Amino acid sequence: MKKLINAPENVVKEALAGMAIAHADLIDVHFDPDYIVRKGAPHNKVGVISGGGSGHEPMHGGFVGYGMLDAACPGAVFTSPVPDQMLAATKAVNGGKGVLHIVKNYTGDVMNFEMAAELAAAEGIEVASVVTNDDVAVENSTWTAGRRGVGVTVLLEKIVGAAAEAGADLATCKAIAERVNAHGRSMGMALTPCTVPQAGKPGFELAEDEMEVGIGIHGEPGRRREKLAPARDIAEMLAGPILDDLPFQSGDAVLAFVNGMGGTPLIELYLMYNELARILKDRNITIARSLVGNYITSLEMAGVSFTLLRLDDEMIKLWDAPVHTPALRWGM
Amino acid sequence: MQITADHVTSFLQLVAERVKEQREYLTRLDAAIGDADHGVNLDRGFSTVMSKLPTATDRSISGLLKLTGMTLISTVGGASGPLYGTAFLRAGTAIGDRATIGAEELIAALSAALEGIQTRGKATRGEKTMIDAIAPAIDALKEQYAASGDLLAAMRAAVTACEQGMIATEPMLATKGRASYLGERSIGHRDPGAASAFLMAQAMLATLERAVQG
Repeated sequence: MKKLINAPENVVKEALAGMAIAHADLIDVHFDPDYIVRKGAPHNKVGVISGGGSGHEPMHGGFVGYGMLDAACPGAVFTSPVPDQMLAATKAVNGGKGVLHIVKNYTGDVMNFEMAAELAAAEGIEVASVVTNDDVAVENSTWTAGRRGVGVTVLLEKIVGAAAEAGADLATCKAIAERVNAHGRSMGMALTPCTVPQAGKPGFELAEDEMEVGIGIHGEPGRRREKLAPARDIAEMLAGPILDDLPFQSGDAVLAFVNGMGGTPLIELYLMYNELARILKDRNITIARSLVGNYITSLEMAGVSFTLLRLDDEMIKLWDAPVHTPALRWGM
Repeated sequence: MQITADHVTSFLQLVAERVKEQREYLTRLDAAIGDADHGVNLDRGFSTVMSKLPTATDRSISGLLKLTGMTLISTVGGASGPLYGTAFLRAGTAIGDRATIGAEELIAALSAALEGIQTRGKATRGEKTMIDAIAPAIDALKEQYAASGDLLAAMRAAVTACEQGMIATEPMLATKGRASYLGERSIGHRDPGAASAFLMAQAMLATLERAVQG
């Protein structure tokens, strides 16, 4: 294991400390329980919080700020945070208009957020939850823990964050969040595994000519292993199941999100975006908005995920609204 | 025999020691079908329990179990934090304010713990989870105790059933938890939660054996 760390068990806290100094104008970092909170919280609006294991940076902490999240709860690397963190964050951002929990569909995340929501409700805070589950790689989802929440989570946090900033009430925020989740689909692949600092070894091994297709975001193996293929074939492999699942149709306007898993350079992400754009053009699907970069990652894993979100006018307006966070900023 | 709060403390110490010893093993099992953190997370949880025990104010059996449950929920994270945490809380609640407990109360507490895990995790037997090790163990414990009235013999049968249940998770297709994302590829791997449950069952038996030997 070759990493820029001092001690595996201190990675999360030391990174949070760095974030706090680097973005002191936007966020405060609270320790024990750990959460990142927007400056000046609570604000006079619905509080929007999310959380999940660390190792996916910039998600979620990098999305705390104006027009997006009010707080984020970072767990240990690839491990759900605990209810104490979500409860403390919920209290910190509750401006009296309720708090929305954005939860990715993983067994641990769902259970811990459920417990936190029960505790917050017991303290008289109105909490609503939305669970993202956009990963089409998980088949037979009726018989499993369900599809994983992946790329759509980033888009949802931006869109719902804008709605809350504009004064939408809790029920409206929840409804918009559910609409975004319902209209978004994702799939990812890995060229290399990644190493959890405290594990010290990669989560799986891949030969020089192999790739994992249908990965999640926790360094876990994917649905299947295949021989490495040209980018154009990989793009088809990822876009096909996404397009067929919703299904996306001729005439749709979409947000096309090409996300790096952490270890893939932008030059390859743009190359993949070019492939995705070609596929969408062939199907007469318009790219109305786009996002390319490393936003929901798996440590140093090389690989890419595609997310497509079918847009409506309200979603476009909310996507374009000003945002100012450590990792996303436009319009201000 | 009567089980006292000191026995519970010994049990918790033993679990903490074994989790630390088997940290790499549990994490390796988890790397195969999950996210390679089960051993690390449980070790963090039980190490914190150990650090809190000396200053615990409520030193009754239920007090110790509840402290353990709350600490696991607050420090482990993932799915195993809420699951084991809920199990210890429910066991503590089932025992209530009894200063010591006998076999019947222990069986009732363990049954309540299992029920808590099933409710929190929304899982049943055969889904490749810790339930596949715990449920057969409690069945065996109840049956053997009803037949013999010998708690130690019943606990030995329970640990054997627990081990068999753990091994039986290997050919299963996971339908709950992170391993379910692997589909068919989850087959052939031992469930890490079943393995940590077996470790706790072994610790419980060892504690009882030591207690009987005096």
